[in-house]
Amino acid sequence: MKLEKVQETKLKKFQEWYENRHQYQQDYKSRTGKKIVGYLCTYEPEELFYAADILPVRILGGHKPTDATLSAPHIIDMYCPFCRDALGQGLRGYYDYLDGISIAQACLHIRQTYHSWIIHKNPGWSYFLPMPQNVQNPKRAIPFLYEELKLLKKSLEEWTGREITNDALRRGIAILNRDRRAMKKAFEYSKPDVPKITGVERMYISTSSFFVDKEEHAKAVEETLAELEEREMDRSTGVRLMIIGSENDDIEFVKMLEGIGATVVIDEHCTTTRYFWDEVDESVDDPLLAIAERYVRRTACPSKDWPQRTRFDRVLQFAKDWRVQGAIVMQQAFCDPHEADIPALSRFLDKNGIPNYFLEFDVTVPLGQFKIRLEAFLEQLTGLEGLF
Amino acid sequence: MSTGQLYPTEPLKCWGKAKELRLKYYKDYAEAHQRGALRYIGGAWNFDAVPTGLSGEVCSLTGEPYGAACAYNAEFSKRALEKAQSYGFAKDMCAYFRNYVGSVLLDEYVFGGPMPKADFIWQSHICCTHSKWYENVSEIEGGIPGYFVDIGAGASPPFSELPAHRIEYVVGQLLDGIEWLQEVTGRTFDDEKFIQATKYYMNSMYKWAKVCELNQNIPAPLGEKEMFSLYVLSTLERASKEVSDFYDELYEEVKDRVRRGIAAIGNEQIRLMTDSQPPWAFLGMWRYLEKDYNAISIGSLYTFSLEGAWEVREGKLLPKEPLAPGSNQESACWALAEYELYKPIYQSFYHADFKSQLMIMIAQQWKVDGVILHLNLGCEGSSLGVLENRIALQKAGFPTLMVEGSMADEAAIDRARTFRRIQIFMDQFSGPRAPAKAAG
Repeated sequence: MKLEKVQETKLKKFQEWYENRHQYQQDYKSRTGKKIVGYLCTYEPEELFYAADILPVRILGGHKPTDATLSAPHIIDMYCPFCRDALGQGLRGYYDYLDGISIAQACLHIRQTYHSWIIHKNPGWSYFLPMPQNVQNPKRAIPFLYEELKLLKKSLEEWTGREITNDALRRGIAILNRDRRAMKKAFEYSKPDVPKITGVERMYISTSSFFVDKEEHAKAVEETLAELEEREMDRSTGVRLMIIGSENDDIEFVKMLEGIGATVVIDEHCTTTRYFWDEVDESVDDPLLAIAERYVRRTACPSKDWPQRTRFDRVLQFAKDWRVQGAIVMQQAFCDPHEADIPALSRFLDKNGIPNYFLEFDVTVPLGQFKIRLEAFLEQLTGLEGLF
Repeated sequence: MSTGQLYPTEPLKCWGKAKELRLKYYKDYAEAHQRGALRYIGGAWNFDAVPTGLSGEVCSLTGEPYGAACAYNAEFSKRALEKAQSYGFAKDMCAYFRNYVGSVLLDEYVFGGPMPKADFIWQSHICCTHSKWYENVSEIEGGIPGYFVDIGAGASPPFSELPAHRIEYVVGQLLDGIEWLQEVTGRTFDDEKFIQATKYYMNSMYKWAKVCELNQNIPAPLGEKEMFSLYVLSTLERASKEVSDFYDELYEEVKDRVRRGIAAIGNEQIRLMTDSQPPWAFLGMWRYLEKDYNAISIGSLYTFSLEGAWEVREGKLLPKEPLAPGSNQESACWALAEYELYKPIYQSFYHADFKSQLMIMIAQQWKVDGVILHLNLGCEGSSLGVLENRIALQKAGFPTLMVEGSMADEAAIDRARTFRRIQIFMDQFSGPRAPAKAAG
């Protein structure tokens, strides 16, 4: 099967969803009559929203400096570009169709986005979920989150006027898990010597899952899997890279990287694997408890990854399983939790024989400069081989 | 602007004692091992009453005040910051952290000698850096065992209601921490000592709030520049008898100053409020305001509640009475957790709008004429919502000035520009204030 045919038939859908997220969401609302809630961090327990028949959508940046600058009177410049970009989207009015806004506690920066959003663009329903930070003490964190999920559930029930039953919660879990499993399978297709899926395509798949109904998304991913199985790539794989870092939905950057002799075969950041890799245990009797356990035990964001850096184990496992030759360590500028991890991460990768290169992202990245730097990095990895 | 002295002034009698206690603290930590005492490190908000409950002597080094001490020593700070950056820590990270970790990497204690290595870490976590700070220090120092308590969990509106499970979460972590401390140190835990320490802990916080409350008087008995040196003791070891006793003494002295009409500056005419940690290398800003404009800063949400215990009742910010710690480990942990989680400064770390409400309360209750907001590039936690705070204060009728700087990185401070901005800001306040009668 030719690449063009696959892109046209299946993978193209994810790109369309990525590029037309607002249109999709507005159409969805008209089509279904359901409420839509915007959320700002992957610790949001989307299962509860599906159980309440609400579509949760993650608010990501738009990568347009003119929009991001709208947040300048509200968020100081030393907060990360992602949080400023996200607020800029809201202030510009792109999300005026939202019925609610929510955040699960993560970092300071995105929390400020949430608060500025509810001060200036309050859609009516807003909810701050005090997601525990001490996830490495599950004995205390899980019962705490369990109680907090009860409060969130109650708030959703009062808002919608409908009870959220255990069956509805199980349905929410099943919807999320199905999509997670499908995406994990899709990501397997970058394991072969000649990956059957590119980093850009994987990013379209995982990022679009934030924007659309998960049932539709899972179905689309599952349909894509069959085509990926038979796919033959007509591009050179080049250097097998991994991207590790903070929020990254910068498609243009990944396109550039895959255009200079590399394929991003796996990532460890919060728009791909860190978001969806871990499933809710469907065998647990109490679905709310199962959800609490999943969010406490999932791969931690650096903001919660202490006193041990457990995330690094998964980084290394991914690097081995996907046979990466080098890693791009990226972070949103000013992201403190990642900045606190990067010296240790860089040394960890060195120690494990994974060459790595650090880049700091802004609302938009200087593609030309980054290209020169990354070409030099790739040359270090390939030596003379890369020249011929 | 000079109109002669309107109010009597006199130095604080307990000033020398505050300095002595502070220096003794840093010396005690450095020399702890010589006395067979344990050393631990943690943040200024750590629940120090808990390790105080260990048998024998335990000395702490709290990170933020240590970072501030570095910042005050510009030459040392510059070297520490450069060392931290050369290790890989970004320049926009917490400036206290960078000074601290720079000291570790340099192996230099700002008070002289090599950086003393801790036996364990006991930390609380509410901002993104708190635990990451000591996670890094532990690794760099070769693996210091650490215990971290998440205290961000209660910071969700409505702040007047604190569901029991939020307190239980912190209590559970503290109880686990008591077990951990005994395992790691090999020492036993003395419940009576711990319970007594919780009383000192809460008394220090309560009395500091009471002291700050007295600054509502005109003239203000304390200037914020002096308050910086006074609240610091509570950031060091508020669970100690010496510090608790000091705040009792300070409170009595400041009450007496109010009774006698003793002012912080003799010609108070303009009352200001600030925000965030001060730029420690630039305290001259406060002297400049006092000397050239007869302007006193009465404090700030930060100065009041970094170590003060407050509650909002009937729309007012009032000192929060200490809670009874009960007679066992669990009840004392409960009292500590409940007392801490109500702290408005925690809540302001979480909620820009609530922080604005608190700042407006202070501006009104403390009779403030204008607000100077420190856009503190050294602390992202205390900078949360600062621009929203500015908008809210202006809407409430308080003139504001934003001053960019850093609490502990001198390079972020542009002195000339700051003085010029202050001059322009202060020009709007004109005419001397009539002297008020001394409070009885």
